Amino acid sequence: MSVGLVVVSHSRKLAEGVCELAAQMAADVRIVPAGGTDDDGIGTSLEKIMTGISATDSGEGTVLLTDLGSAVMTAESALEFLEPEQQHRVLMADAPLVEGTVAAAVAAQTGKNVAEVTAAAESAGASYTPAGTQPDDGSAGPPASGASAEDSASGAWTLVNPMGLHARPASVVAQLLADLDAEITINGVDGKSVMMLMTLGLRPGETLSATATGPDAARAVELLAEQVRNGFGEI
Amino acid sequence: MELDAAWADKWMRLSATALNENRQRLTTLDREIGDADHGENMERGFSAVVEKLDADGVPETPGAVFKTVAMTLMSKVGGAAGPLYGTAFLRASTAAGSASVLDPAGLVAVLTAARDGIVARGKAEPGDKTMIDAWTPAVDAAVTAEAAGSGPVEILTAAANAAEAGLAGTEPLVARKGRASYLGERSAGHLDPGAASTALILHAAVSAAETAA
Repeated sequence: MSVGLVVVSHSRKLAEGVCELAAQMAADVRIVPAGGTDDDGIGTSLEKIMTGISATDSGEGTVLLTDLGSAVMTAESALEFLEPEQQHRVLMADAPLVEGTVAAAVAAQTGKNVAEVTAAAESAGASYTPAGTQPDDGSAGPPASGASAEDSASGAWTLVNPMGLHARPASVVAQLLADLDAEITINGVDGKSVMMLMTLGLRPGETLSATATGPDAARAVELLAEQVRNGFGEI
Repeated sequence: MELDAAWADKWMRLSATALNENRQRLTTLDREIGDADHGENMERGFSAVVEKLDADGVPETPGAVFKTVAMTLMSKVGGAAGPLYGTAFLRASTAAGSASVLDPAGLVAVLTAARDGIVARGKAEPGDKTMIDAWTPAVDAAVTAEAAGSGPVEILTAAANAAEAGLAGTEPLVARKGRASYLGERSAGHLDPGAASTALILHAAVSAAETAA
């Protein structure tokens, strides 16, 4: 079993909607909503969160994603109620609800552990920076050292599927590349980050350019080319 | 007049009554600088506490009563007051331990733990225009009263009066935590609803101790 997720929101509908969205990209992950008060009013419920944790923690752990103020506090309170042996594997992510849940779901789907899933959610906050204005921290270019010429590959393709690089294809790409031993940059962003790919907002007819470095670079570009050509399975 | 489980039970019931009577007042305060739900949320939470105590019977120690209160408030209140008061009573429960009667030192430990729990959960400091501005003077007054050799009722009275004064002191403050902080300078000139409910609850503790057998 993978790491599970509990989506804590003030609103029952919001929590359910976020779960629905994330589940599209992570069919095997237990993602449970804990939205609204016990009588489904606006607010958060300790009981719903505790029930959510029980339903999602298979022993691999659970990550809690929250929306505003009191949701954070109620989730923190829930952690205090856990048995000591469960406390180390139930974590709360400091992440935006939608982006964080989606990123966590994809990470959990690819078999990451609870700390990695939490980190994936938290790094999704970075996607708030509009595409094209990413701080130049060097991640957008090939590494300065460590990769020889034989270890790099690149390619560019036109998107042919009718919806472009929306959520589902972005998740397909990120999962495809996740386990490869290569740094992959797609149109200037990290190709292994589903959130970063989504911020590109690439539309049909636009060009997806990839540069990969590392031992699996050629394989990464090959797999990517195949996905783009068959429209991420959507055509 | 001992601070036993019967006192704790009575404290919760009198709190529920006071919050019910002041629901409109709390909601009005919250409408001015928040989201107008504090009165209803607190009334709903403490009504649920009374229902729980009625259904399950009164637990054997004050600490056990506080634990029931904590769980119920966190599940029923809905707004930020749920985890804040819930954490207060949870930490109070731990501080009370298995004692069947709280002595003056135990009472001070309970009040201090409750305040510290709220600070830990809400990350507010004195002067932020929150319930901490009622809790902190209350704990300080309780510590002073206990050091002077006062009994439980006197300690609780000192705490409740200090909370009331702390509430009055929130009026000119500019909110730096919670929903009211979005209002910035406009939050000045209003009492803080959380400090108001704190004063009500601490006064109820005094009334319960005065009437407890």
